[in-house]
Amino acid sequence: METLLELKGITKVFGDNVANDGVNLKIFKGEIHVLLGENGAGKTTLMNCISGLYIPDQGKIFWEGKEIQVKTPQDAAKCGIGMVHQHFMLVDNLTVLENILLSGLRKRFAFLNKKQKKREVLELMRSYGLDVDLDTQIWQLPVGLRQRVEIIKVLYNDAKLIILDEPTAVLTPYETEELFKVLKFLTAQGRSVIFITHKLEEALRIGDRISVMRRGKIVHTFSSTNVDKNLLVRLMMGEEIEEIKGKKSSKVKKDKREIILEVRDLYVKNDQGTIAVKGISLEVGKGEILGIAGVAGNGQSELVEALAGLRLAIKGNVYFKNKDITNAPPRLLRDLGIVHIPEDRHKHGMIGEFSVKENFLIGSYYRYPFSKRMRLQHEYIEKYARMQIKKYNIKVSDIRMKAKYLSGGNQQKLILARELSKFPELIIAAYPTRGLDIFATKFVHEKLLEYRDKGASIIFVSSELDELMEVSDRIIVLFKGEIAGSLSAKETDKKTLGFLMAGETLLFSERK
Amino acid sequence: MSNRNLISFLRVFEKDSVIESVITPIIGLVVGLLIVAIIILLEGVNPITAYQELIFGAIGTKINLFSTLLKFIPLSFTGLAVTLAYRAGVFNIGAEGQLYIGALVATWVAIKVNLPFYLPSLLALISGMIVGGFFAFIPAYLKVEKGINEVLTTILMNYVGINIVGFSVNSFLMEKGQTAPQSPLIERSAHLPIIAKLEGIHLHIGIVLVFVIAFLMYDIFWNTTWGFEIRSVSINIEASKYGGINAKKVIMIVMFVSGAIASLAGSTEVLGVQYRLMENFMTGYGYDGITVALLGGLNPLGVLAAAFFLGALRNGAYSMQIATGIPISIIYVVQALAILSIISASALYKKFLAEN
Ligand SMILES: Nc1ncnc2c1ncn2[C@@H]1O[C@H](COP(=O)(O)OP(=O)(O)OP(=O)(O)O)[C@@H](O)[C@H]1O
Ligand SMILES: [Mg+2]
Repeated sequence: METLLELKGITKVFGDNVANDGVNLKIFKGEIHVLLGENGAGKTTLMNCISGLYIPDQGKIFWEGKEIQVKTPQDAAKCGIGMVHQHFMLVDNLTVLENILLSGLRKRFAFLNKKQKKREVLELMRSYGLDVDLDTQIWQLPVGLRQRVEIIKVLYNDAKLIILDEPTAVLTPYETEELFKVLKFLTAQGRSVIFITHKLEEALRIGDRISVMRRGKIVHTFSSTNVDKNLLVRLMMGEEIEEIKGKKSSKVKKDKREIILEVRDLYVKNDQGTIAVKGISLEVGKGEILGIAGVAGNGQSELVEALAGLRLAIKGNVYFKNKDITNAPPRLLRDLGIVHIPEDRHKHGMIGEFSVKENFLIGSYYRYPFSKRMRLQHEYIEKYARMQIKKYNIKVSDIRMKAKYLSGGNQQKLILARELSKFPELIIAAYPTRGLDIFATKFVHEKLLEYRDKGASIIFVSSELDELMEVSDRIIVLFKGEIAGSLSAKETDKKTLGFLMAGETLLFSERK
Repeated sequence: MSNRNLISFLRVFEKDSVIESVITPIIGLVVGLLIVAIIILLEGVNPITAYQELIFGAIGTKINLFSTLLKFIPLSFTGLAVTLAYRAGVFNIGAEGQLYIGALVATWVAIKVNLPFYLPSLLALISGMIVGGFFAFIPAYLKVEKGINEVLTTILMNYVGINIVGFSVNSFLMEKGQTAPQSPLIERSAHLPIIAKLEGIHLHIGIVLVFVIAFLMYDIFWNTTWGFEIRSVSINIEASKYGGINAKKVIMIVMFVSGAIASLAGSTEVLGVQYRLMENFMTGYGYDGITVALLGGLNPLGVLAAAFFLGALRNGAYSMQIATGIPISIIYVVQALAILSIISASALYKKFLAEN
């Protein structure tokens, strides 16, 4: 195998935090190389060192045998290294086409001949089977499509090495399959891919080789045929974990089912102004987990935002314990004991420019004991933050650090810790395990079940059918803004859900 | 929100640490003065002599220091006003208009009201604050309810404020039997309390007010729930809504208070220094407030430092002109260079951080 990229002794330190500790790694031509590792292991940092976002403190990078200096993303792009980041780097109020043209190398004169450039981009998209409307502005696109734009951007620069940081975290199984096809196609052309993920099945399936990172070091590299899940888990953590076995069903008795949340005939518009939720009605009982499945863009986001008070419902009603809370502001919902784990953590869930400590205040800063007569109680807040950090195993060196410097998974853990610590009666969780490593994911599943058993009601939106079936009591499938099916989680299977998600009506589905 | 990009650009100025925010204006101005030294040299003047004159004029004698302080007061007020608005993500370019209208209302009240014990001046300041606040509230309302960019509206309001003053001192507020556009003298009983006096120069209570407001603002920003709301709104409106903050309300209240603080620049000047309102009685202090805010790291305590140095520069420039013939306007070059050097220093610092 010919080596495309070789890293020797890459070290990157932030303050007293060694994010990368003398990493050696070889990437072959035409391979898909998977990078695994727990949250905060240093995967993103390593990739940033390759793609010119960070300059390593020590170590050398060789490209096709020659040492190269990558000081800026442009340097990397010139060599043929392109990265799709965990947090997308698109300009929100520019169109898809403008974003693609703006990127990297062919930037100069990009806007002089827009029509021709557009044809070029369209041609490129067709050859890879990637489809997006080039004239839409980025802010109007769902996450899945934004990622596609990022991939097109990289391909437009003719990258030989494509780095994807947790690309499937935001994708549905179908979209993941599509992505895999594209990746296979790319490697068949001799391009190489570095693929970061927390999903082991995926790693084993798509990867030619797999490297496991732990505490800033690469602990082992395998050919994916020579390794199994258990070994990977052991290496990542240094111990084995048991899976959640079987579906524990709710301990709250079903015969006197108490309805906590009731949604009646709800209509909600999306950002583009078209109706995204078309007359949805649903109920969640006390101590129940209602799973919501569906291909991204079928109304889940709009439904959740409407329930959480972040988006106006244009018709219909929402009742919480028989109280009408339709279009109530988030503050009122919070005070009623409703918490929301938002889908887009950078838009809603956190303020990256604020310190970790201040991020723990979001949503409860005005409550005792966080504040007393308008004054923030710094001592208590710090104690509370430290406690949550320990409980949720968040990797933070200093709580005064800006939250944007936390690793992706640790940001998600911060939000979960903050929201779940509020003794909620209703938890609206949109993709809560997105970006979490397997240990943290398991922890969150257990937490949700624990809250359910304590009597909380939970709405659980996910694109992972496995976890939906594992954790939920009931699952509804959304298709084009309507409920395509409502099933008991125990009695359904992936195939049925897949059918419903694709919009096929089922003869034998137990529709309500 | 069309100002997102501007806000993120201005973030290079933001200094949350007090020490940094006080040191930055010093470094900026020193760099500015060093570069301007070359220009002075080219003019055939020894920059050392010129700067000696400058420093002497600024703080060389007690009187000079007093008049520097009298410039420091309004610069601080407008600098604080701009800082407050910025921290909630709003650009208050309208401090000029707010201080004019504040001065007008304060003058009118001071002339009309006849009460003992400094009450007229207190009433005058408060009325000025209310109207100045209202003047800033209008752009805030238009911003949150109609989506109109406040940069535009606050600038337009400046013309409104300045011209209303011009009209007033030429009509109902004009001194009887005079042709100059100015109000009658304000009675002694309506002057601001004087805390120190030196050969005809009076240092009024406004200086105490400046410090009170600056420290209060600092405390509010970092130790209270209001401050948390204000800062959240400026950085991430979506996340602040998610966290239960009513962003519209925050923006409107903050702008009202910002306008009220700006009005004090005008009203204290009239009631404590000039004792009458004249057309164009203090040109440019509203806009200078922006420079002060940026130099001061958009931090209330940094603003005090920046306002003092700019005040000193202004005041010293007179002596420098008289002694060496270097025109006063050179200090605007110094100011601009100071701002530019802070931008470049911040960029270099970031690069340094990235590489190490
Ligand atoms: N710019 C930065 N400043 C300070 N610390 C940083 C910075 N970037 C990363 N870190 C720290 O380096 C460590 C490794 O982070 P990194 O983002 O590489 O983890 P990761 O393996 O990608 O984790 P995840 O799976 O959660 O995305 C973390 O502890 C993080 O807080
Ligand atoms: Mg990462």
